[in-house]
Amino acid sequence: MSLLEIRELDAWYGRAQILFGVSLAVEAGEAAVLIGRNGAGKSTLMKCIVGLEAERRGTIHFDGADLIAESTHRIARRGMGYVPEDRRIFMDLTVAENLAVGRLPSNGGAAWTPEAAFELFPPLAAMRDRKGGQMSGGEQQMLTIARALMGNPRFLLLDEPSEGLAPVIVEVIAGAIAKLKARGVGLLLSEQNLHFARAVADRAFVLDRGHIRFAGTLAELDADAALKEQYLAI
Amino acid sequence: MIASFLIQTLNGLASASLLFLVALGLTLIFGVTRVVNFAHGSFFMLGAYLAVSFHGFVGGGVLGFWGGALFAALAVGVVGAVAELTILRRIYRAPELLQLITTFGIVLLLKDVVLYTWGPEDILGPRAPGLTGAVWIFGKPFPQYDLLLLVLGPLIGLSVWLLLTRTDWGTRVRAATEDRDMAAALGINQALMFTGVFALGALLAGLAGALALPREPANHNMDLTIIADVFVVTVVGGLGSLPGAYVAAVIISVVKAWCIGIGDVRLFGMAFSFSKLTLVAEFIVMAIVLIIRPWGLFGTPQSPQRVSAASILPMPVPDVKRLWPLALVALALLMLPLLADRFTVVLATDIIIFALFAASLGLIMGLGGMASFGHAAYFGAGAYAAAVAFKAGAPFFVAVPAGVAFAGALAMLFGWFCVRLSGVSLAMLTLAFAQITWAIAFQWDSVTGGSNGLVGIWPPDLLSGKTAYYFATLLLAGAAILIIWRSAHAPLGYLMRAARDSRIRAEAVGVDVRIIQWRAIILAGAAAGLAGALYVFSKGSLSPDSLSIPRSVDALAMVLIGGVQTLVGPVVGAAVFMLLQDWIVRATPYWHAVLGITLILITIIFPQGIVGTLRQWRQRREGGP
Amino acid sequence: MTAPVLAVEEIGKSFKGFRAVERVSFSVDAGELLALIGPNGAGKTTTFNMINGQLAPDHGRVRLGGEDVTRSPPRALWRAGVARTFQITQTFASMSVAENLLVAILSRESATGLLADAGRANADEIQARLDEVGMGHAADTLCSVLAYGDLKRVELAIALVNDPRLLLMDEPTAGMAARERGALMRLVAERARQRNTAVLFTEHDMDVVFGHADRVVVMNRGRLIAEGTPAEVRANPLVREVYLGSTIGEANP
Repeated sequence: MSLLEIRELDAWYGRAQILFGVSLAVEAGEAAVLIGRNGAGKSTLMKCIVGLEAERRGTIHFDGADLIAESTHRIARRGMGYVPEDRRIFMDLTVAENLAVGRLPSNGGAAWTPEAAFELFPPLAAMRDRKGGQMSGGEQQMLTIARALMGNPRFLLLDEPSEGLAPVIVEVIAGAIAKLKARGVGLLLSEQNLHFARAVADRAFVLDRGHIRFAGTLAELDADAALKEQYLAI
Repeated sequence: MIASFLIQTLNGLASASLLFLVALGLTLIFGVTRVVNFAHGSFFMLGAYLAVSFHGFVGGGVLGFWGGALFAALAVGVVGAVAELTILRRIYRAPELLQLITTFGIVLLLKDVVLYTWGPEDILGPRAPGLTGAVWIFGKPFPQYDLLLLVLGPLIGLSVWLLLTRTDWGTRVRAATEDRDMAAALGINQALMFTGVFALGALLAGLAGALALPREPANHNMDLTIIADVFVVTVVGGLGSLPGAYVAAVIISVVKAWCIGIGDVRLFGMAFSFSKLTLVAEFIVMAIVLIIRPWGLFGTPQSPQRVSAASILPMPVPDVKRLWPLALVALALLMLPLLADRFTVVLATDIIIFALFAASLGLIMGLGGMASFGHAAYFGAGAYAAAVAFKAGAPFFVAVPAGVAFAGALAMLFGWFCVRLSGVSLAMLTLAFAQITWAIAFQWDSVTGGSNGLVGIWPPDLLSGKTAYYFATLLLAGAAILIIWRSAHAPLGYLMRAARDSRIRAEAVGVDVRIIQWRAIILAGAAAGLAGALYVFSKGSLSPDSLSIPRSVDALAMVLIGGVQTLVGPVVGAAVFMLLQDWIVRATPYWHAVLGITLILITIIFPQGIVGTLRQWRQRREGGP
Repeated sequence: MTAPVLAVEEIGKSFKGFRAVERVSFSVDAGELLALIGPNGAGKTTTFNMINGQLAPDHGRVRLGGEDVTRSPPRALWRAGVARTFQITQTFASMSVAENLLVAILSRESATGLLADAGRANADEIQARLDEVGMGHAADTLCSVLAYGDLKRVELAIALVNDPRLLLMDEPTAGMAARERGALMRLVAERARQRNTAVLFTEHDMDVVFGHADRVVVMNRGRLIAEGTPAEVRANPLVREVYLGSTIGEANP
């Protein structure tokens, strides 16, 4: 069985159904990308996996357990890291404090330390005592990934990690993703930017109005012009 | 002069310390759980009584006093944890207002626990050993204990601040205060943290209660007196700000102390009692702050409260064919005096009066989305104005309109401030207004009769029979209720609902939201005033209780029990509530507790109220949206 | 020469020392669709909110038909003939589609009666307005159960109730399917030509921008960096570098 395996997932906000029978699987050490327009359900799918907000039904197998009825903090403690789209840095907390909040005991293997995270994101090292609210968007994005790493995740959800960032920062983040893959962490990203997706991901899922329309390699996706035209409209 | 001024300032600072400790706990709890804990004043009271008992067991001395304070703080902390685990845990996802009602259920419950355990009399507490004397400052005596208190408040505040900023637990609490879902997604166990924060907040309140003993005896009014002050402090300081809580506590306590210090003076040839003005002074401070910074001195502007679409029930124009139950009820009400005894007719009169009171609150809460925790201010204002007018010689038919007009005018004054706030800050503000109104009625002996109230206010001969008065009430209150119902589908009602559903959309299509809300508050105030005026002539007497916080909460309970987002809900809720209360009061002397538990259960089991829940069931059965 | 419907003159705004918008000027003429584009964080939303009255600019002027409306609150702008739609639709969720339009009409008449029947008198006008945007069939449907695309149309109908001279649309097609996007923008364009309405919109979807805008202004890092016809903007090397490089460039690899 894959590290993360979702089967027939439905999700609702109130009465509005957002996801319809979504199934997908991601292996350890693999990066998969969810592609789809605004409002396709990418963020909702990620929130479902960590048990936030939406009502959900189906199965979410992760590392031998079903997350569907688990509370959010237990899901996190099982090794599911979450990097939300709007970053959700604690604005009144310093960089060091933000990292401290994310700290969880390691489930075996070397534990992440702030120093190790600073190696991955060098610009953060110089701003340990800066408040989250005083950081630029790119710095916040690095911090939110570093914060998730403090929990020693076996799997990482990254919701639109490259959105609105300068190319330099996007490169740093792409580099970090490659290193995480090499360490055996599974990743699921959501992206609207195919460029970035090609650079970091092995496989792609196309999500459109709550349905998975395509699952395969990025090369297969690139070859399918009709599919791209219909669901991605680029 | 300068010396006494200084003494009063120090005195104010000592009071501020106690107020600050309670406000600090309230703020901590609100920050993390988003629950405004109405029962925080009750924790304060409980702390005082527990310290008295500890002192009774252990005896005097250092252990008796300071050990008692420590014991009281820890015990109240445990009570807070138990309350969180058994009750509050179930309501975190409920609307804020419902949470306030639930915690008010705890207020009622603890009131009777204290009454049962310690009896009805005030109990003098121990004094701090070694600190019973006074120090001399510029030739004036100042209690040693107050000097200690003055230092202790900021010191404890500092330790809490250190706990929050220098420990991992504190860092997590601050993180959860900012974004509790994100904190959970990082593996923080919210449930555990909520219990811990609730216990800490309760502990601070209990400690403050114990420390208050050398200054005031343990008594039954401590809970609501302090909670009103604390709400004012929170609104002035800014919801969720620790420095704000301290600065506001200092400003308010010091201004009060100055008023007492100035005492009775002659200004422009008129005798003027500043000491009686203490509460008005508090009001003026709050008013000034709210005009300049509606979000409080240290608060940040609130993002407009987003009402989740799922929690709003539609309010379609009623189908005339579906109105037959209403006609049946009207018929039954007309026939009632023929079938029922005198007692039932009186109870029915009360129910109709309170149905109007609840409907008027339902108007601003349900349609307008504005919480009011002080709606009794208008009820009582209408009652007092009618009674005073009657005492001054005005006949019933003049006194009642006078009551309506006065209540409307008061709503105009209070509403001007209210429309500048929203959500829980608004709820706290309304409560503070009501408490001030109550204090004025309580203290202004020459006009209101003070704590004794007014007696001998009876309707004219024509309406003196219970049945005749019943019909008069039915006619006047019934008409007012119909006007309120009708307004829901009149322009005012549409614009109110629009402002509630999406304030920015309403503003963007030219709706002046504040003006609309102001008008609604004035209308609701006048309607509540009519209920109050009818009430005073039905009872023949009046006391400050008609303005008290429990009376405001009665109205809230009626609205929420019935269903806040339905038109008939508040009226149904009034009937259920009155019948229930009538039954419980006759069944047990500890009716506060039974009512409190009932409120807690109802808010947990029927969060949408009776009518709202019934409607949901019907929709589910019909399979419609 | 008549003044443009909307003239933005040197407006700027800083947040805690961060200059979100600096000295931005542009104008929109009657019957014209102007797109305001730029990468995330370029200051589009801030600029947009200074025009619609939600934010007060630190300096500069906003003029409507020559008249200074800087710092006018949204409700005053509505009365002056400015209507808007929101990025995330804002409708009155507890009301039916028809009632949503009714509210806009009631505020127009500044009616606040207590007993008047709000609904009846305006039923015909509301139906006509809904037919205009193709939502006539859904007059009695609750807004809370409408599909997102339909909700966008309802929001447009609300905005048009006042026959505005300026229509502000914040990402009008965000979250819509590709086909619906084109239909909505055609509706807007048709309306602008017929009634001489000026339209200013922000947008991420380049198909929408280049397919429907008459003119495009481009912002980056708080400044206006380009202005012109879609073809001119598309050919502008600076624009391609900061913005289009990642999307259009990618579409034609």
